[in-house]
Amino acid sequence: MNNSINELNQLKANAVKNLEATEGRRIVVGMATCGISAGAKLVLDTLKKQVAAAGLDNVQVMPTGCIGMCIYEPIVEVFEHDEEKVTYIHMDPDRVSRVVSEHLVKGKPVVEYTIGEDENGKLKSLNDLQFYKKQKRIVLQNCGLINPEDINDYIAVNGYQALAKSVTTMTPQDVINLMKASGLRGRGGAGFPTGLKWSFAAANEADQKYFICNADEGDPGAFMDRSVLEGDPHSVLEAMAIGGYAIGASKGFIYVRAEYPVAVERLKIAIKQAKDMGFIGKNIFGSGFDFDIEIRLGAGAFVCGEETALIASIEGKRGMSRNKPPFPANKGLWGKPTIINNVETLANIPKIILNGPEWFKSMGTEKSPGTKVFALGGKINNTGLVEVPMGITLREVIYDIGQDCLNGKQFKAVQTGGPSGGCLPQKYLDAPIDFDNLVAIGFMMGSGGMIVMDEDNCMVDIARFFLDFTVDESCGKCTPCREGTKRMLEILDKITQGNGTIEDLTILEDLAENIKNTSLCALGQTAPNPVLSTMKHFRDEYVAHVVDKRCPTGKCKALLSYFITDACTGCTACARKCPAKAITGTVKEQHHIDQDKCIKCGVCMDTCRFNAIIKK
Amino acid sequence: MQNDCGCNCDRANDERYAELKAYIDSVKGSEGITMTVLQEAQRIFGYLPLEVQKFISENIGVPIAELYGIATFYSQFAIKPRGKHHVGVCLGTACYVRGAQKVMDKVVEELGVGVGETTQDGLFTLDATRCLGCCGLAPVIMIDDTVYGKLDDVSVISAILNKYRE
Ligand SMILES: Cc1cc2nc3c(=O)[nH]c(=O)nc-3n(C[C@H](O)[C@H](O)[C@H](O)COP(=O)(O)O)c2cc1C
Repeated sequence: MNNSINELNQLKANAVKNLEATEGRRIVVGMATCGISAGAKLVLDTLKKQVAAAGLDNVQVMPTGCIGMCIYEPIVEVFEHDEEKVTYIHMDPDRVSRVVSEHLVKGKPVVEYTIGEDENGKLKSLNDLQFYKKQKRIVLQNCGLINPEDINDYIAVNGYQALAKSVTTMTPQDVINLMKASGLRGRGGAGFPTGLKWSFAAANEADQKYFICNADEGDPGAFMDRSVLEGDPHSVLEAMAIGGYAIGASKGFIYVRAEYPVAVERLKIAIKQAKDMGFIGKNIFGSGFDFDIEIRLGAGAFVCGEETALIASIEGKRGMSRNKPPFPANKGLWGKPTIINNVETLANIPKIILNGPEWFKSMGTEKSPGTKVFALGGKINNTGLVEVPMGITLREVIYDIGQDCLNGKQFKAVQTGGPSGGCLPQKYLDAPIDFDNLVAIGFMMGSGGMIVMDEDNCMVDIARFFLDFTVDESCGKCTPCREGTKRMLEILDKITQGNGTIEDLTILEDLAENIKNTSLCALGQTAPNPVLSTMKHFRDEYVAHVVDKRCPTGKCKALLSYFITDACTGCTACARKCPAKAITGTVKEQHHIDQDKCIKCGVCMDTCRFNAIIKK
Repeated sequence: MQNDCGCNCDRANDERYAELKAYIDSVKGSEGITMTVLQEAQRIFGYLPLEVQKFISENIGVPIAELYGIATFYSQFAIKPRGKHHVGVCLGTACYVRGAQKVMDKVVEELGVGVGETTQDGLFTLDATRCLGCCGLAPVIMIDDTVYGKLDDVSVISAILNKYRE
């Protein structure tokens, strides 16, 4: 079936009525992976059953993508035409029953399951929370609003209008010029200008070109792309078709990691629906442009997020990276010109085509226009997905949106850029976040994982953690990365075991510099970053480990010792529990730990009811 | 009974080979099918024993050495049989800073096996997984397709595992 633009507009008019719930109510359940793990599936099923049982014909119940605030999952939102939506949090089947009988049947919202009322007695919506106030949702606009499994919902929010506009009213060169004018830069980590990259591939003559969406999202602690795929899959498909048109590719691949089963399922549904409607396939909008999309699954290799390794993997080989040049835009998949863009980069594109480059440039900074989605996690109160304009400061993200460290602990560092990135200390909290600024202070934007660490996290241990990751994930092709990272890990192990020396720190730095300068691909070139940045900003912690043989946070077990203070009442509980019989003392008198016998298991500390046992 | 290949499996009567063959026939001729065929084979057989690799090699014309190379490169392919349930302890950064190591230690203690190993009774295989993307629930573990989150108190883990022992 081939749709014309008029037909698309007709579809839209109907779809809008549905989305705006002009008749009856529309209820959405946040069903991204995190919602599902918190129990959203059962909530959705129960809701559907009870709505049907109550005979409420004009209530539609459906899944939606990530609403953003993980700590409130499962979240249910009730939309009614011309009314403020009602947000229910921490839902379960019992709560569903009350919402159905009191709100849906009798029209009285169940206040105690919402996030409360404001001073005027009006129900608060999520948008009133600090968490959302500083956000600007462009990429995530539709996540948590539309049903990702229904193409009509996407059409209602201007879906496929940008593709129609591109292929029927613009030349491929017009599209590229518009992308260049917008200043959009790749969100996959490197920040390369998208329009410029497209122009390289467009300039190449070839019988076949390819357009690939990079949905490998391997950085630990990052789930931005997953949320876009789970909440708004059509926006990615639409952008791929636009990109294919611009560069002259008729075939697209989405390379998605297999750890994201929900995203894969929704993509499959979306591709099928788009094909049925004729938005993907032959002669799109009667323009003569053909574009097909296929999904390829990763198999658990972080390096496959790197573009040349990703290409090797789609070709069915071991996912090993290769030297650049030639760049994929010249010689990519099966030797043909290929463009690879990240999911979040793509999700911006339909909106830029429809609203124009000036609109896009009105957000963010001059060199980094637009927004960036961050996955805020770690030791922070409000974990979740946040989208903010570029140029916002870390302080705003961590304190205003994230609402401080957990349990009132002291902030120590925030890790950005995953295993290629670094740990930013307190003093950079007021640095504006954009591509160039972060590079200028020696960090990188990375793909958007933002993990907060507090006073209890040992920075040497964190560096060791990342090295452990890269050693595991190195593809093994080049020696500096394969062997060098291993040697670095050995040294870090030695330090966290209490056997390090001050010379080890120098060796570590030398090795790091060598690996950076000589590795084949960016995996190795950036692997030492977590070590270098922690050594630079938290050197005292390294020194404490190697000189004083002490871990200031008590995280490195081999380095800590337990002591009993004079708060001890002599209750003997710890002595009885100690598996090594290392605690001695008489009843009602302060006890003592024999450091030679102590195996540092921590049982005594967990047992003591008087906080009389400390570790240092 | 011995096959041409010298092993004792029964290709002719094992429906799983027919299922795999049907899949191969459906994709044959497209480019870059090696990975997808291995993925399908792993789904059907649960792992990729040498015999299955040989079968694939004969049917898609890719040398077995190359298949083995691919199967051992990607962490999701297994060449040894796995337990009935797959226990994945997330060691992503967000989980790690919130105590995933304690969770891992507890699971290791409970199961009595190390990472990558299968329990004697064949019930569980333990893995350290990459980030599962449920950072809001950190620290998490995933058993088969179910995620268990907020495991700050590791003492609940033994009850979770016991559910699978029944
Ligand atoms: C080790 C490594 C892992 C990467 N992982 C990803 C990833 O998971 N997702 C992604 O979009 N880009 C990843 N990249 C960046 C890609 O190579 C590439 O730059 C990006 O997909 C280009 O898209 P963009 O221009 O839209 O950002 C990775 C790079 C390296 C070196």
